[in-house]
Amino acid sequence: MEAAQIDPFVFRLSIFVLAIFVGYYVVWSVTPALHTPLMAVTNAISSVIVVGALLAVAVEFGADAANNTTTISKVLGFLALVLASVNIFGGFLVTQRMLAMYKKKESTREGA
Amino acid sequence: MTANFAAIAYLIAGVLFILALRGLSSPETSRRGNTLGMVGMAIAVVVTLSVAGIGDALTWGMIIVGVAIGGTIGAIIARRIPMTAMPQLVAAFHSLVGMAAVLVAASALYTPEAYGIGTVGSVKVSSLIEMSLGVAIGAITFTGSVVAFTKLQGLVSGAPVTFPGQHPLNALLGLTMIALVVWLCATESHTAFWALAILAFVLGVLIIIPIGGADMPVVISMLNSYSGWAAAGIGFTLENTALIITGALVGSSGAILSYIMCKGMNRSFFSVILGGFGGETSAAAQGRTETRPVKQGSAEDAAFILKNAGSVIVVPGYGMAVAQAQHALREMVDVLKENGVRVKYAIHPVAGRMPGHMNVLLAEANVPYDEVFELDDINSEFAQTDVAFVIGANDVTNPAAKTDPASPIFGMPVLDVEKARTVLFVKRSLASGYAGVDNELFFRDNTMMLFGDAKKMVEEIVKAS
Repeated sequence: MEAAQIDPFVFRLSIFVLAIFVGYYVVWSVTPALHTPLMAVTNAISSVIVVGALLAVAVEFGADAANNTTTISKVLGFLALVLASVNIFGGFLVTQRMLAMYKKKESTREGA
Repeated sequence: MTANFAAIAYLIAGVLFILALRGLSSPETSRRGNTLGMVGMAIAVVVTLSVAGIGDALTWGMIIVGVAIGGTIGAIIARRIPMTAMPQLVAAFHSLVGMAAVLVAASALYTPEAYGIGTVGSVKVSSLIEMSLGVAIGAITFTGSVVAFTKLQGLVSGAPVTFPGQHPLNALLGLTMIALVVWLCATESHTAFWALAILAFVLGVLIIIPIGGADMPVVISMLNSYSGWAAAGIGFTLENTALIITGALVGSSGAILSYIMCKGMNRSFFSVILGGFGGETSAAAQGRTETRPVKQGSAEDAAFILKNAGSVIVVPGYGMAVAQAQHALREMVDVLKENGVRVKYAIHPVAGRMPGHMNVLLAEANVPYDEVFELDDINSEFAQTDVAFVIGANDVTNPAAKTDPASPIFGMPVLDVEKARTVLFVKRSLASGYAGVDNELFFRDNTMMLFGDAKKMVEEIVKAS
């Protein structure tokens, strides 16, 4: 690595800091009536950690036969995959179910 | 697929997650936002599968079986869960994110090659730091959420658990964890990693047990935030943009919700964290017996008053949800509307057991969301309202919060129901609310108490009108 090159970590840190600001403004614009769906959907999207679980499951068997670390990794990854899948499906679907309940006034007999 | 292409795809997934949250600014756009979130997740999964270079059938089998098991469980839960149980469901989901973070951090430690962060014995120090943050916050989120779940589900008492030396013990655990992180970074010792995980699991329990049931909305929001920071920590380890962006979004979202909840209760974040609120105060209040007279009414009286009113504001609280009275309440409001009464709903920020909980319960009962108003928007209207109909709420209407500096809830924003011409209070008894404070509103001249189960009372009012 040349001395002048910036560590990629700095780029990731920049993304992180900017995303916190984006999150700050976006979340303040969420209507309080939808704070419960907000929590459910943030839960669902934080399950994008499934990416890490998939990489762990995808480790090649026997790449390190001496001390079985690949097997351990695959098993840990599998467990993480199951947990994250519960969250992805559960989180998005329960959010969808909640959001479908929010209706405007015309559905009721206002002023009848 | 090149690494650059994958990185751009992850960035797109991150942007779609931002749009998913942006959609929640109004109910009309929220459903599309949720769909965008699903698309983002699908992109992240497909890209990961294509860059992982999976060749063998066994691995594909594990992935398909894993997603099938998890997905089925998740879908069934999402379909069956009653809306009153949303707080415990969200707590349970947080615990899963926390545990997944711990597991992914562990596998990154065992097979760093798979994540491109070095080989066993020579993992980059920066990656080890990120990994230890991910595992520590993830483990705290896991056990903390499990404790919150058991409290919300009623498996254990919601009363705060405190013991002498609690805070020094937590501080000691925290310092030991920092020492373990240093050890892990210096030697890449797997023992240090697991010791760190175990201490974080213990700390998660210790952090949440002293927090009382009344503060649960803050706890859930706080754990939401933690699960985000854990995901971000893992995102740095995996050098994955989608995960870093998501972690930052979720982390700040949870932090903002915690702030809103604390403000709704006029409590500082630190006093909530230090805990102990909501237990001993109510024990003290129980000893007092109230002898002042109250005006008590029947369902027929209430029906008469409500039908002859021009405008009514309904103030629902968690008691309504406990009694499952929301559907009966909607029926009552329908009858009133047919009689030409204008009806609105007023929601206090901390009504219910999690942010926005009451809005979901009303939406489930087919209450149109444009009849439901937040405290700041409706509080000035009580003075011009004929009847305030308080059902299952108590502390959030207590005028002592405005007038009595000695009251534990002094300074908390409250709904000005006492300014309405008549206040109808549906309540099981004169018992004090969650904060253990007497409500002098019960004894006022323009207050009529309707004693009984909220659901039965509302049904009787419907029958009588």
